[in-house]
Amino acid sequence: MDVRDANAGMLSNYEVYQLLTDLKEKRKESGKKHSTGQQNLNTIMYETLKYLSKTACSRQNPEIVKEFLTTMRGHKLTKAEKLQLLNHRPQTAVEIQLMVEESEERLSEEQIEELIQKVTDVLPGDPAEEGEADMEASADQ
Amino acid sequence: MFVLVEMVDTVRIPPWNFQRQLNEAVTEELNKKLANKVVYNVGLCICLYDIIKLEDSYIFPGDGASHTKVHFRYVVFHPFLDEILVGKIKYCSQEGVHVSLGFFDDIVIPPESLQQPAKFDEAEQVWLWEYETDEGAHDLYMDQGEEIRFRVSDELFLDTSPTGPSKASETPAAPGVPETEQKKEAPYTLIGSISEPGLGLLSWWNN
Repeated sequence: MDVRDANAGMLSNYEVYQLLTDLKEKRKESGKKHSTGQQNLNTIMYETLKYLSKTACSRQNPEIVKEFLTTMRGHKLTKAEKLQLLNHRPQTAVEIQLMVEESEERLSEEQIEELIQKVTDVLPGDPAEEGEADMEASADQ
Repeated sequence: MFVLVEMVDTVRIPPWNFQRQLNEAVTEELNKKLANKVVYNVGLCICLYDIIKLEDSYIFPGDGASHTKVHFRYVVFHPFLDEILVGKIKYCSQEGVHVSLGFFDDIVIPPESLQQPAKFDEAEQVWLWEYETDEGAHDLYMDQGEEIRFRVSDELFLDTSPTGPSKASETPAAPGVPETEQKKEAPYTLIGSISEPGLGLLSWWNN
């Protein structure tokens, strides 16, 4: 076996999530005649789907990803930084500083706030968590 | 977290699978060979992404199966250096905090990369962060099952190919004496760090 290119492209968590969900559907449809050699594939698919379904990527779709990348265009972020923002959906300035290298020099405080706002607006959040936050806010009023 | 790796391999399709579509048979064989396995210096293979090219299939004398050279792309788990990941604490030991992602278990955060000052509680076998505030020192425990955000600081690939007969004859097992278990080395280990603000248990930083 030959590895031609160990880095032929980066995949967002959403793309892998989509790929595995489609594969699961196809395997379910095609019937139960799967040989015992497929156990490894079943295990890795199950565990990876379990992990990814609890992250932000499970609520994304191609339009959201496209919109996110268009919104991020003006901020001069590297591909890896945009990918991390897409995968993690940071909500605080501390998280942004972790994912964006040298953020103190490249981004002012307003720009960091702007980034957080854009990320929160474009990428869908966890409805359970946001429901709690809304309830708390309305309880305080 | 995931990358596409372009590879080339010769796939053997046994004759009883000849009635299947070649693409499907090749996909199944590649997944059987690579899924959930670590390729040296590449990463943990997840599943086939697509087939780029199928070359001609040959049948060789003595073997009824067909052999096809396949160019394909595979989804591989291979976080880049300094990437931020979120996992669950599996357990703590003297070597550090062991974190798991569910599908990948061999992540360790060594004691020097924990939030300092850190101490190991022998009784409960757990690492803790001695967090100082104006009110005094709080001990923040790193309990099992807690979600933890960490940065990938290093990766270790180990070649776990079989070592051959010469090494095995050096340590003959005496009959009646139980053989000491050989320590299973992980083929792919990630070294993490949580020594920055924002890293560590998610509960430490959520307001």
